[in-house]
Amino acid sequence: MAGSSRTPIPVVRDGTPQDTVGGLAPARVAEPSSTEELSRTLTEAAGEGRAVTLRGGGTAQDWGPPPRSLDLLVDTSRLSWIDHDPGDLVVEVGAGTPVADLYAHLAKEGQRLSYDPVRAGGTVGGAVATGASGPRRLLHGALRDLVIGMTVVRPDGVVARSGGRVVKNVAGYDLAKLHTGGHGTLGAVASVAFRLQPEPAALRLVEAEFEDRAGAERALAQVRESPVVPSAVELSAAPGTPFSLKAVLEGTPDGLRPRADRAVQAMGQHAQVHEGLPSGWGLRPTSGPLAWLSVPPAESVEAAALLGRRVGVEGCAPRGALHLSWPEGTPPAEVASVLEEARARPEWAATLVRADPGTDEAVDRWGEVPGLALMRAVKDSFDPDHRFAPGRGPGGT
Amino acid sequence: MSLAEHENAGNTGRAATADDAGTASAQRPATASPRAAAVADLVPHLRAILGEDGLLTDRSQRRTYESDGLTHHREVPGVVALPTSADQVAAVVRLCHEHGVPFVPRGAGTGLSAGALPHSDGVLLVTSRMRRILEIDIANECAVVEPGVANLDITRAAAPHGYYYAPDPSSQQVCSVGGNVAENSGGAHCLKYGFTVNHVRGLDVVTPAGDLVRLGGKAADAPGYDLIGAFVGSEGTLGVATRVVVNLTRTPEKTVTLLSAFDSMDAGGRAVSSIIGEGVLPSAIEMMDALAIEAAEAAVACDYPEGAAAVLVVELDGPTEEVDAQVAQVEHLCAQAGSFETRTASSAEERALIWKGRKSAFAAVGRISPAYIVQDGVVPRTALPEVLRRITELSADSGIRVANVFHAGDGNLHPLVLFDDAEQGAWERAEEVSAQILDLCVEHGGSITGEHGVGVDKACKMPRMYGPDDLETFDLFRRSLDPDGTANPEKLLPTPRLCGEQPGVQRDVHPLVASGHAEQF
Repeated sequence: MAGSSRTPIPVVRDGTPQDTVGGLAPARVAEPSSTEELSRTLTEAAGEGRAVTLRGGGTAQDWGPPPRSLDLLVDTSRLSWIDHDPGDLVVEVGAGTPVADLYAHLAKEGQRLSYDPVRAGGTVGGAVATGASGPRRLLHGALRDLVIGMTVVRPDGVVARSGGRVVKNVAGYDLAKLHTGGHGTLGAVASVAFRLQPEPAALRLVEAEFEDRAGAERALAQVRESPVVPSAVELSAAPGTPFSLKAVLEGTPDGLRPRADRAVQAMGQHAQVHEGLPSGWGLRPTSGPLAWLSVPPAESVEAAALLGRRVGVEGCAPRGALHLSWPEGTPPAEVASVLEEARARPEWAATLVRADPGTDEAVDRWGEVPGLALMRAVKDSFDPDHRFAPGRGPGGT
Repeated sequence: MSLAEHENAGNTGRAATADDAGTASAQRPATASPRAAAVADLVPHLRAILGEDGLLTDRSQRRTYESDGLTHHREVPGVVALPTSADQVAAVVRLCHEHGVPFVPRGAGTGLSAGALPHSDGVLLVTSRMRRILEIDIANECAVVEPGVANLDITRAAAPHGYYYAPDPSSQQVCSVGGNVAENSGGAHCLKYGFTVNHVRGLDVVTPAGDLVRLGGKAADAPGYDLIGAFVGSEGTLGVATRVVVNLTRTPEKTVTLLSAFDSMDAGGRAVSSIIGEGVLPSAIEMMDALAIEAAEAAVACDYPEGAAAVLVVELDGPTEEVDAQVAQVEHLCAQAGSFETRTASSAEERALIWKGRKSAFAAVGRISPAYIVQDGVVPRTALPEVLRRITELSADSGIRVANVFHAGDGNLHPLVLFDDAEQGAWERAEEVSAQILDLCVEHGGSITGEHGVGVDKACKMPRMYGPDDLETFDLFRRSLDPDGTANPEKLLPTPRLCGEQPGVQRDVHPLVASGHAEQF
């Protein structure tokens, strides 16, 4: 599927101002249209010692610091293909496939990838490389839980497959886990196989606002104790606004009516029931500093209360997987101060994903990264010369 | 390493007995390898770390650990370490690292791929004394446990709070969480709830260099590479887990089990396809063929519908209203596919009755055959009817009976290849059929193992599924974290020394099943 019978000659052109990444302009841009071409491109780049950064839809090029060097930008948009086995609820997709195209394709068969993208306009490869998962991760798992196989071209150009196209498989290391959220620092994702789910027949969104922290905490605890099995419970707070909770229920039309009633009981009688998701559901802000915040789930509301006075806080409360978003132009010292406040708490981790241009010196993006020595060992094995998105790996690797 | 001892046991064509292994080892010259000397040198240091009580050097004691659940592969460990703390594990592993001595982690020893096969010149690191449940944290919906804790004990501890631990391998009464982490264990209900990897939030790991590292914790999404995801399922080749934070799942409000009988496997297969196709997501769909039903009837008189050529066990769980709707739908779909009888059970007792036949199937096969091989392979679910037909043909052509018991929802086959080990050449013929079934799985785009793992048993089969570059990449990753190759060596990936081994034979009932400690299904 990914291959082609003709001799692979990837398109390579000069970099243009549209190709800059974090202010760096690549000398060359390659647009391989098959895994073989991608392999050939990366083999050549390895031979010439070129620094490489990957681009899918380009929607997350401002995530992570600017690469320390950039010779070759590899654009994956021609790696666009969909191989769907509806009967097996499995799809394998080229990395450059737009997520929207994949979803439209699956919807025709009444199926879906149970993953809420956090950016509009991205590719499958970009979604995997950044690894960030939207609200419905609560029930269906984060993106990493939905990947069942992956083909990656290593920095040295070798094509390596792990996993497969069956949902149950424990043969070999699950290397896809390293590349999911690896930000393209360990190799180039060429294709990904996912497990799918049938599109549920019906959906309800139950939404409520709370003036105080205690109310939000009580509602969350009651949802947790109720048997309604929400697909998502999204918490949000921001300076000057009340706490908000949005629970998503999915299932059969008959089943959903009583479940929505029970969700309303758990969240309070002022809760509103809607029959669809709001536009922009799950999408994170596209400008301004953005950080991931991980907290023990029971402290989600506390995090929203503590940090929500200074910054927008939103995310999957029952997983403690939140994000922080500031308006563009927020002083870097303020961003750094919020991150420090979060990192001071035991078991909280805060990682700055996007900084305003030119502010990198002022903010520690990572804080402490447990297991960093092991991560560096993995990086050194796969990319010994640190040519792939240098500086964008864990702890600035 | 005295691999000769191991190979002797492995190539006999019959399950080796403890005595066989003992004899082979006894014949070994006392001045074996430099590595054997290295283990002997470690003993005083190990004793200083573990105390008199925490180290087994006596041969008869060591021999109790010579195999895991795949008893065909045997090797008496050089020494057995029984640490009680993460610090002890770290000190032992550091010592091994410094002296270049291999170590093999072992949980409860229920594994079915010889992943915990000891190393005769190495340290067997047994976590069975690290069995404290450190915390049941309902507010954070997680449990913090030591690796030796039995899987089911987490559920027992969480149940009073309305929670359970979702991964449920058939050996869950005894198998350890540490072993589950090593093998990425699934279970009958992983169709809906996923595997161990989907339920581990945090791990303390002793690396092959002997460093104790904390990865993740109660919070999800630890920063950096997902090392937890890569460590789970690494079969003890990347280190030893010493503390595990696992998700607890809310006990479903309602659970219903259906038993549906069909007059052909094809009809049963059609029912499975239409259930999945219609968007129902059962927590389990299990299927048994006539031979497996016959064995189960003989063993436990499970009273499955008479004349069934195939039965499906379908379990649905969730909010009451959703389950009720789905039960009606599944009953309808089974009838449409040609089911001649469907029973529906809601109470725990009735449900247990339906599961009894299914859960007894493996052990029950011992009633209709003196010996058998348990295979574990996966095919895309849509390939099930074709693959089952091919297995039937294989069976007919070879004259070897094959009983089929499997997780139909996710295409995970467990064919039981029956033979009489008293008969000359029968094992070889059975093994041939078993290997051909695995080839069928790979041919149809599946996997050589869905849940038992690679271990020693299937290391040499990895090249059937992965190309040389894939395997080299696995090895590149392994060496990045274990450059000296001391962590569970000669497992998971093929090596020239290892390959040529024969896969395992199961005779009679697993000792843990026989003693009532475990169910195998």
